[in-house]
Amino acid sequence: MKKVVLTLVMALLTGITFAQEKNKKMTMEVDGKCDMCKTRIEKAALGVKGVKYALWDIPSHQLSLIIDERKTDPMKVKTALVAVGHDTKELKATEEAYDSVHPCCKYREDNTDDSGKHY
Amino acid sequence: MLKGNFFFSCFVIMVLPFLSFSQSTVDGVVMEPNGNKTIALPGANVYWMNSQIGTVTDVKGNFSIPFFGKYNTLIISYVGFESDTLDIREPRKIRHVLKPSNALDEVVVQQQRDAVEKTFFSAQNVVTINSAELLKAACCNLSESFETNPAIDVNFSDALTGTKQIQMLGLTSPYLLITQENIPMVRGASQAYGLTFTPGTWVESIQITKGAGSVVNGYESISGQINTELVKPMTDKRLFVNGYANQNGRLELNTHLNHKLTDKWSTGLYIHGNQRRQKEDGNDDGFLDAPLANQINIMNRWQYQNPETGWVSFINLRYLNDEKQVGEVDFNADNWVRLRSAPNADTPEGLALSAAEGWGSEIDTRRFDTSVKLGYVFPELPFQSIGFQASYSNHQQESYFGFNRYDINHNSVYSNLLFNSIIGDTRNKFTTGLTFAYDSYDELVYTTDFGREDVSGGAFFEYAYENLEKVSLTAGLRVDTHNRLGTFVTPRLHVRYTPWELGSLRGSFGRGRRAANIFAENQQLFGSSRQIQLMDEGGSIYGLDAEDAWNYGISFLQGFVFLNRKGNVSLDYYRTDFRNQIVVDWENPRAISFYNLDGESYANSFQVEVNHEILENVEVRMAYKYYDVATDYRSGRLQKPLQAQNRFFVNLGYETKPKENGSLWKFDYTVHTQGEQRLPNTDVNPSQFRLGDFADGYSVMNAQVTKVFSTKFEVYLGGENLSNFRQPNPILGLDDPFGENFDTSIVYAPIMGRMFYLGFRFKVQ
Repeated sequence: MKKVVLTLVMALLTGITFAQEKNKKMTMEVDGKCDMCKTRIEKAALGVKGVKYALWDIPSHQLSLIIDERKTDPMKVKTALVAVGHDTKELKATEEAYDSVHPCCKYREDNTDDSGKHY
Repeated sequence: MLKGNFFFSCFVIMVLPFLSFSQSTVDGVVMEPNGNKTIALPGANVYWMNSQIGTVTDVKGNFSIPFFGKYNTLIISYVGFESDTLDIREPRKIRHVLKPSNALDEVVVQQQRDAVEKTFFSAQNVVTINSAELLKAACCNLSESFETNPAIDVNFSDALTGTKQIQMLGLTSPYLLITQENIPMVRGASQAYGLTFTPGTWVESIQITKGAGSVVNGYESISGQINTELVKPMTDKRLFVNGYANQNGRLELNTHLNHKLTDKWSTGLYIHGNQRRQKEDGNDDGFLDAPLANQINIMNRWQYQNPETGWVSFINLRYLNDEKQVGEVDFNADNWVRLRSAPNADTPEGLALSAAEGWGSEIDTRRFDTSVKLGYVFPELPFQSIGFQASYSNHQQESYFGFNRYDINHNSVYSNLLFNSIIGDTRNKFTTGLTFAYDSYDELVYTTDFGREDVSGGAFFEYAYENLEKVSLTAGLRVDTHNRLGTFVTPRLHVRYTPWELGSLRGSFGRGRRAANIFAENQQLFGSSRQIQLMDEGGSIYGLDAEDAWNYGISFLQGFVFLNRKGNVSLDYYRTDFRNQIVVDWENPRAISFYNLDGESYANSFQVEVNHEILENVEVRMAYKYYDVATDYRSGRLQKPLQAQNRFFVNLGYETKPKENGSLWKFDYTVHTQGEQRLPNTDVNPSQFRLGDFADGYSVMNAQVTKVFSTKFEVYLGGENLSNFRQPNPILGLDDPFGENFDTSIVYAPIMGRMFYLGFRFKVQ
């Protein structure tokens, strides 16, 4: 019986750690290079229902997110990002989607930060 | 029974995924080892290699991913585990255990803030003047910081003090909300000279909002808002010294001392002093062109910042003592004060004895300010914060202008509580909060006492929408209740639309209301023999009603690239319509009248501005402005007096490339051209004191050269009014300053001729 209670407690505890957070903070790598990319990436991320906050940093290529885990998961965000042409570590954009980005945003050829060259 | 149930559910959980079998998906469960057993791994990434299809395991470790046949390599990954690659040729069910990896994937997130705020994207029409721009006109205080910026017009308030008065959209500064770090600053008693009480070196940046503005900082702004950010102990230089001297005897010294106490607390001490002892009368009219002055201004700031807990705070203390003497060159203030306090002062022979001393004026101001700001940013939610601001100020002015006495004592309390958050996501933000304000005024005008207390409380809500590309919008509403203005609603709306690349179309409208402090705002009247005519109409402020206006505006900004260098052109049109205004009527040279508007009063302003780097490192800024500002006076509709309807502005800036040690040269040149200005009516004066209907247009040129020797030391040399244009006879009736024709209020051009200045800046990081 003791063992059962312990297992239950353990199960509950893990349940707590795995609880879906309303405001889950996370970062992920997204390829891109300029301010236009930034707008596109943040817009696509915020377009996913459940994403509350999205900030993409040009030099580090890190997308910081706050999401409602009850409504979405990071893969859904990545799916939205590749749909607008931006590669993530896991999912890659189709050639079609990649071709749709503005010529100045072609990060696959040259992914240096060139935010200074734009408005 | 309990035991049975538990194992049964465990069994169901494990088996369920295997039961739900579908032709077109790959289903499975991802586990992690836990001792001898395995447990579910939620949140693991499951995706097809080089595809755009992926999913995440749920709380129970389950996933389901469509199968296409096109992709055969399924990757399962999770931070802290080794990624696994599975070869999947057909839809099937999978049970996979991920192995923990020893090395954690570490991600270093670097943050970088944008140095320049882009007005292309905000809903409000905001121009930011940064510290580099402020250095272009090196003198001396906030009122002189707008010389290189066409959004603000700088005028002269009177022929005595040389105080510069600012205007936006054709309306004088009382119609602007002037804030310091978002706390209302230049208002009430400080309206006339308040801008001169903020030394230029204290200013970090200035944000100018044209049009209605935000509801967050109150209901008083009508034609716009000017916010000043001061230097901060954490980011300002450790030591900064600035000295300035000009040809006609003005000396200034600014010292900043900043000290970091702990990694969370910093403090700064800022000391400003200025003085003019030299009597300057360049136009030989027997009156000083600029006041004899003495100012000491001390501020102490404390800054607290704790990034871990999310708390930030500012505490400010400021004390100011300012003394000015103006009037006739030979005027002896000590004698005057002694004679005026004699027992027989108000008898005919006492008055004659005083008048024999000549005409003079002293304006002494003492001001104490303190404010506290407290902010909390939720550490886990960067978009959510709470802010609280509270400030107290006491402003005392004691002054006489010949026999005209004017004293004002103003106590002011202001507090604002704000909460910022989002609705759904950061494209929908809001700010809401409560405001409380208390003002007490105690005035002595000649021999009459005026006193009043104003108390107001309000609540506001402002919603901001931004879709990151084409559209942004700020819609605000506030409801205030005021003991004199009643309960009223202030709506304000700003919309931006981007029709094409680098284009930005903006529209705004909003309401503003205010209680006019007629004497404090029109102090130039005391330097004249005009009779004050206050048309008491039973209102609650000096017998007058509160002012009430609506402002509408439309503007367009277009960025462009020409000769491979960036530039922009902007067009804007604003209109302010008064529903009530306290009309200040100067049209009778023997009187100044204050009355409620009966009819129409409006201000239309049109501006076109071009900015471009025309040659390498040469920036040019040009603007043309047209104003149509008219009011229905009792004598009929007239254009606002002393207001040029056409203005033209050019600023050229050239900067050499910095050398390794930071040394460089900076050159700056500005021309202001003003068209003719309508003069207040002087027809009933004797012929020698009639001024005609209009004053001719003129140009004023300023230039400055800065030599930066290193990042530590720089020297600047400049000249103002280089073409030496001066208003002939700025003082009417100066032969008999106590006579009925004496008037120093009709000033449309500089009093002071060409003037050179020299200064240095020394900084230690």
